[in-house]
Amino acid sequence: MEVLDAALSRIRAVDPGIRAFLTLMEETARKQAAAADARIARGLAGPLAGIPVALKDNLCTRGTRTTCASKILGNFVPPYDATVVSALDKAGAVFVGKTNLDEFAMGSSTENSAFQVTRNPWNTGRIPGGSSGGSAAAVSADMCAVALGSDTGGSIRQPAACCGIVGLKPTYGRVSRYGLVAFASSLDQIGPLAKDVRDAALVLDAIAGKDPADSTSADVPVPSHAAALTGDVRGLRIGIPKEYFTSGMDPEVEKAVLGGVDVLRRLGADVREVSLPHTPYAVAVYYILATSEASSNLARYDGVKYAHRTSRPSDLLEMYMESRSEGFGAEVKRRIMLGTYALSAGYYEAYYRKGQQVRTLIKQDFDRAFETVDVIVTPTAPTPAFKIGEKTADPLQMYLSDIFTISVNLAGIPGLSLPCGFSSGNLPIGLQFLARAFDEPTLLRAAHAYEQAGGWHKRKPPAAGEGSAA
Amino acid sequence: MNAGAKYEAVIGLEVHAQLLTESKNFCACANRFGAPPNTQTCPVCLGLPGALPVLNRKAVEYIAKTGLAFHSKIAPESRFARKNYFYPDLPKGYQISQYESPVCEGGRVEIVVDGDVRTVTLHRIHLEEDAGKNIHEGSADTSRVDLNRSGVPLMEIVSEPEIRTPEEAVAYLKKIRSTLRCLNVCDGNMEEGSLRCDANVSIRPAGSDALGTKAEIKNVNSFRFVKQAIAYEIERQIAVVEGGGRVVQETRLFDSARGVTVSMRSKEEAHDYRYFPEPDLVPLVLERAQVEAWARELPELPDATRERFAREYGLSEYDAAFLSEERAAADYFEETVRLSGQPKTAANWIMGDLTRFLNEAGGEIAASPVTPERLAEMLKLIADGTISGKIAKTIFEEMFKSGKDAAIVVKEKGLVQVSDAGEIERVIEQVMADNPNELAAYRGGKEKLFGFFVGQVMKKSGGKANPAKVNEILKAKLQPPTDSQ
Ligand SMILES: [Zn+2]
Repeated sequence: MEVLDAALSRIRAVDPGIRAFLTLMEETARKQAAAADARIARGLAGPLAGIPVALKDNLCTRGTRTTCASKILGNFVPPYDATVVSALDKAGAVFVGKTNLDEFAMGSSTENSAFQVTRNPWNTGRIPGGSSGGSAAAVSADMCAVALGSDTGGSIRQPAACCGIVGLKPTYGRVSRYGLVAFASSLDQIGPLAKDVRDAALVLDAIAGKDPADSTSADVPVPSHAAALTGDVRGLRIGIPKEYFTSGMDPEVEKAVLGGVDVLRRLGADVREVSLPHTPYAVAVYYILATSEASSNLARYDGVKYAHRTSRPSDLLEMYMESRSEGFGAEVKRRIMLGTYALSAGYYEAYYRKGQQVRTLIKQDFDRAFETVDVIVTPTAPTPAFKIGEKTADPLQMYLSDIFTISVNLAGIPGLSLPCGFSSGNLPIGLQFLARAFDEPTLLRAAHAYEQAGGWHKRKPPAAGEGSAA
Repeated sequence: MNAGAKYEAVIGLEVHAQLLTESKNFCACANRFGAPPNTQTCPVCLGLPGALPVLNRKAVEYIAKTGLAFHSKIAPESRFARKNYFYPDLPKGYQISQYESPVCEGGRVEIVVDGDVRTVTLHRIHLEEDAGKNIHEGSADTSRVDLNRSGVPLMEIVSEPEIRTPEEAVAYLKKIRSTLRCLNVCDGNMEEGSLRCDANVSIRPAGSDALGTKAEIKNVNSFRFVKQAIAYEIERQIAVVEGGGRVVQETRLFDSARGVTVSMRSKEEAHDYRYFPEPDLVPLVLERAQVEAWARELPELPDATRERFAREYGLSEYDAAFLSEERAAADYFEETVRLSGQPKTAANWIMGDLTRFLNEAGGEIAASPVTPERLAEMLKLIADGTISGKIAKTIFEEMFKSGKDAAIVVKEKGLVQVSDAGEIERVIEQVMADNPNELAAYRGGKEKLFGFFVGQVMKKSGGKANPAKVNEILKAKLQPPTDSQ
């Protein structure tokens, strides 16, 4: 209970300047904290007993409104918990609140929220990354111990990089998606944002595994990820993909990332170059496939049921058009239109099917690379956190924020970002680790060894809310 | 030459069958009807955000068994797809169906038309989910939606365009229905919509191989309407072509009150369903051993029963087809034959009086008050001369109404046949005495009057006299007495 009180008072003090939370869950949290205290007293504490956790607001929470940062969901209150939410509750976690995101997780800066702009705790003039920007900022500013996010093209890893914390996107199918409001079903995956690799591993242990309610969750045994953190990477084969270090990279990012690679080499890892030749096509393929799925996933918000309905429509067509026109923001509309186009008769072959074919090639790139290495290391994002408003007028520039993270979702493999240094402006820079599907133990072991040697995770943002503006 | 003979019709049917699974296709909600609106729903079939479908394995078994029954190829791996369109009764904005790789491909359906056996090739059978229902009653300017039916498993059976006449279409549909009922995968109730049919109809010059422009007729919900709708549509298209016009590709609705089809939407207005693979479901993999196990579980199907009835019992093609159409009727027939040893008589009674009484009473053969045991007993009473075939009609009716055994009805009503020669002679003598003029006329050569005497004797005996005996004795008695001198 004291831990919860501390978290809540921290939120009250700091969040007005950061605006990470859309909804606080104080009542739920107090009940959970009391239950956790009772279990601790009886010596039955779960692994996350009493730990304050924030949930991205696209995860369904029974009895607590779930907005996806969209007006179209109105005051939708789910009658059920997402499977991951139940799992964390069972492990003893305490839910402090629901965090801001780009509307329906579509964006890289959390500026696409219909409700508020979240600020980066390292510099409140900067974006926290996205789409799990609220979760990343909440962890970074110490308003909770860990948070859940979702990652469709980088939405956990890129905000983790922007906010100087650890973000893990598990293997597709490792964690149940039941209760995650879908953006692109074949790419979405839930994962933790945490202050260090060990916390991320503990959360993964709690949420991983086959869920009978999600057919795409994998029936693969779940090892203890926390137990995998041996600190030993001697002889581990680490690949550096040459396609990720080409023109246009921010020199400070390149320097920090290569510095991180040097640390791994010093720890005894066997570092070598690998090739992922289809990397240049990843962003285009992603925006075809993800938007195609999204155009269908978002069709249910039609004004008939729980979603926002326009007032006094004159007929059914007007109800559909006006409700959706009023309820969705510009980026969501843009993606629905793109996806609808890609699936349309006469275009399907050229876009969706071709996209699937290239997706297979990208996956094969990784399969081939992982024949010779165990882990791949890349930058997480091409630049540190950019200024609020800097890219809102240029969707293509915004899309390129995910250039290093998107391939991982297309291939379905796990990826993790952790801090590997800071820019001259004191903004965190992220290092991305990738591994084979379901090989989170090796991924976490490598990341943890680096983290312990690098020590960047110990650096804290300036007292957020009182911090400077760029 | 009339216009009809210059053209032939090309007909393909799409049959939607609701599967008799306990739960819906992608959630655990009950697959049952008649509950108050929206009470048999959950986040999945309501299409709530974050809910995900989980495939019902029983529905897979049912569609695979249907495919096996129709000799389809069961795909080792098939996929689900999303069919996207907006409608208030479709809560997700898409229907989960199958597109590029259905569970069953190919296959054939044997039909009997005018005593000839024909084969209609199947294109495919796929699994999908039903939508809910819009309710328009109660208010003029609002509609409500009941999602109890949302997510109910539907099987779509698509034929190749190999059907040529409305009669063949009906025979095809009947065969589909009887097979599904035999497999116990669909109740086949067309009035309640558990079996629905869309017909694709086009015409072409007789003998041509070309395919004409087709019209799709939606939701024809009885055998009679299928026949009427297709017959009307063929005539309509012939009239269009004969009048110098061109048939346009469109969707039409059958108006059963007027017996006509009316245009619903043209090709230009047709939906683009934007099918793509359903990412929330993994490909459906069917192990060969599983499919083989299902094949072994198949019951004897109507075609096999029909052939066996004709072969084993010497029934005509028509009788064999009639009795094999429904498993319950076939079982009833075979049980009656087993107990009575009289296949042809049993077939006549079942197809005649029993069917008539069941139709009048609206009952099912499996629950008939005249059980196979009772019918067999009655047939034995006829065979051993205890009752006449004529009296049996009365006895059968009484058995049907009362649910009593034949022997009891015979006893209660005093309907035992009179075969005693002395008793019959006494009745004959009485009739001869009562009708002297007719007797004289008969003996004077009017032999047509024989029937009159038979009638009088039967009437006087209350119908109980053994007709054969009456004939025999009467013939002797009516001879002029001089002959015997
Ligand atoms: Zn349901």
